[in-house]
Amino acid sequence: MAEKILLKGNEAIALSAIRNGVDGYFGYPITPQSEVMETLMKEKPWETTGMVVLQAESELSSINMVYGGASCGKKVMTSSSSPGISLMCEGISYIAGAELPCVIVDVMRGGPGLGTIQPSQSDYSQAVKGGGHGDYHCIVIAPASAQDMYDFVDWGFELAFKYRNPVIVLADGIIGQLMEKVELHPVKPRRTAEEILRDAPWATTGKTSGRERNVITSLSLDANTQENFNRKLLDKYNAIRENEVKYSEYHTDDAEYLFVAFGCSSRICEAATDILREEGIKAGLIRPITLFPFPEKEISRLAGQVRSIMSIELNLGQMVEDVRLAANGQCPVGFYGRQGGNIYTPEEIVEEFKKFNKLS
Amino acid sequence: MDTIDIMKPENIVYRKPALLTDNIMHYCPGCSHGTVHKLVAEVIEEMGIQDKTIGISPVGCSVFAYNYIDIDWQEAAHGRAPALATATKRLCPDKYVFTYQGDGDLASIGTAEIIHACSRGENIVVIFINNGIYGMTGGQMAPTTLLGMKTSTTPYGRDAKLNGFPLKITEMLAALDGTAYITRQSVHTAAAARKAKNAIRKGFEYSAKNIGLSFIEIVSTCNSGWKLSPVEANKWMVEHMFEKYPVGDIKDVLK
Repeated sequence: MAEKILLKGNEAIALSAIRNGVDGYFGYPITPQSEVMETLMKEKPWETTGMVVLQAESELSSINMVYGGASCGKKVMTSSSSPGISLMCEGISYIAGAELPCVIVDVMRGGPGLGTIQPSQSDYSQAVKGGGHGDYHCIVIAPASAQDMYDFVDWGFELAFKYRNPVIVLADGIIGQLMEKVELHPVKPRRTAEEILRDAPWATTGKTSGRERNVITSLSLDANTQENFNRKLLDKYNAIRENEVKYSEYHTDDAEYLFVAFGCSSRICEAATDILREEGIKAGLIRPITLFPFPEKEISRLAGQVRSIMSIELNLGQMVEDVRLAANGQCPVGFYGRQGGNIYTPEEIVEEFKKFNKLS
Repeated sequence: MDTIDIMKPENIVYRKPALLTDNIMHYCPGCSHGTVHKLVAEVIEEMGIQDKTIGISPVGCSVFAYNYIDIDWQEAAHGRAPALATATKRLCPDKYVFTYQGDGDLASIGTAEIIHACSRGENIVVIFINNGIYGMTGGQMAPTTLLGMKTSTTPYGRDAKLNGFPLKITEMLAALDGTAYITRQSVHTAAAARKAKNAIRKGFEYSAKNIGLSFIEIVSTCNSGWKLSPVEANKWMVEHMFEKYPVGDIKDVLK
């Protein structure tokens, strides 16, 4: 039996990093995710696995430390929250442009500006649509529990190295702060120098006589070279769209109404679905687990089956744009959201659902 | 003696370092970058550490440094090279890691990164090219531009009231506990280049001793930005730049 312990979502990220052979963590304190670095510093993994943990002078620096570490073929990560991620967007664009693998945990809080330290999902667009400059995508995965926080670190690195692409674990203040039982999977060792040479032949590991020098860069001044590179990225993003979509469904088989919600909102929508089902209303829920790639085909299929769809998000309506594109006019698409750190109850969602569907 | 005799190996008195690639440099004739690149390549070659050295190139004229020295390179975002170097050295402590940065990159947009890398005592080498101007973008004011110096954004000369004072960042960094070796050199004469090379070598040697950061400023010329011929630029540098940025060692913890 795997060990189960009670952990905050943020603590789960830290323990998962140590136990999954991560080589380096570079971060800067920001609420509501400071427990990630605090836990790492308390655990002192440099004495056990040899993992490097460093508090940087800013998020600009921490994401660029990630760039440097990833350039060496190492498994490196950072974590932050919304305003800190805004500062990192320059670096994330460079990491995407240099095709480097890394994991970035974003424990979202409300904005814009300094906003609030309370939970929010208002950085969906920033994470999924870009954030930084240039045509690029991060792979975005959305945990909904402390267990997900633990599991998604390893899954994130698997995707990051498979595609040489940054992966954002898009959590929020609720998932970061809640305490739940977490099953700890068997420990994975850090990769050896030989394994890195084998798995990341592109990395700056020191030029030996047997190969050309390795250069990690996102610069190409020639228009055709840059365009070819952009098209190569597009091929990669299309492969990700084809292969990596992940979602979960709840009572969708016979659903006449559909909720779409990710992260903490999906758990609240599960409860709302249960209430409606008890009242004899056939509601269902689809939870996108990958936000990029978005489960477009699955939502499109369900849009042909149900009377309406509601996107439920802790923001002013961001993912709903992608839901509308997926539904493509097959059924009405509505939205309900709360902001500023306020969180809807299942009953509140049921009430808004009935208003939208004129069922009350 | 005919040409064949002259080309005999025993007659060779000078050769391009093997680590300097055959790519045609994009630097303007007379620019100091080419000389400094050669010195760095020579030091790496003479120390036999090609397979252990990772360079970090900046944004600025030397953004393409990776085209000229045959080692593994990372190309950083503007000003962020010390952050890349920090992680690289900490994750690969057996490697020699150096950044190569200009005055805009290091002393303006990257001030936070260089100050904190120095303060943490990262065991890296920083090579800082100070020519008092932004070369790549066409000759704008740099933090190290001298008072009165004309640039495209100080067309009437740098005025302290309008543009602030030149930043002597090297002296600032010497005050930080994490720095081991801080020096200011130049490459405008063969003698100066030899001293600069010794300083670069000392920096690489110190970085392997884990005693903190080594910082080598090279006061340099930008003849196209300064709108002077290479010879005039060297003269102008000696007469004006050296007054504000005097050459010599500033700090050496092993002395």
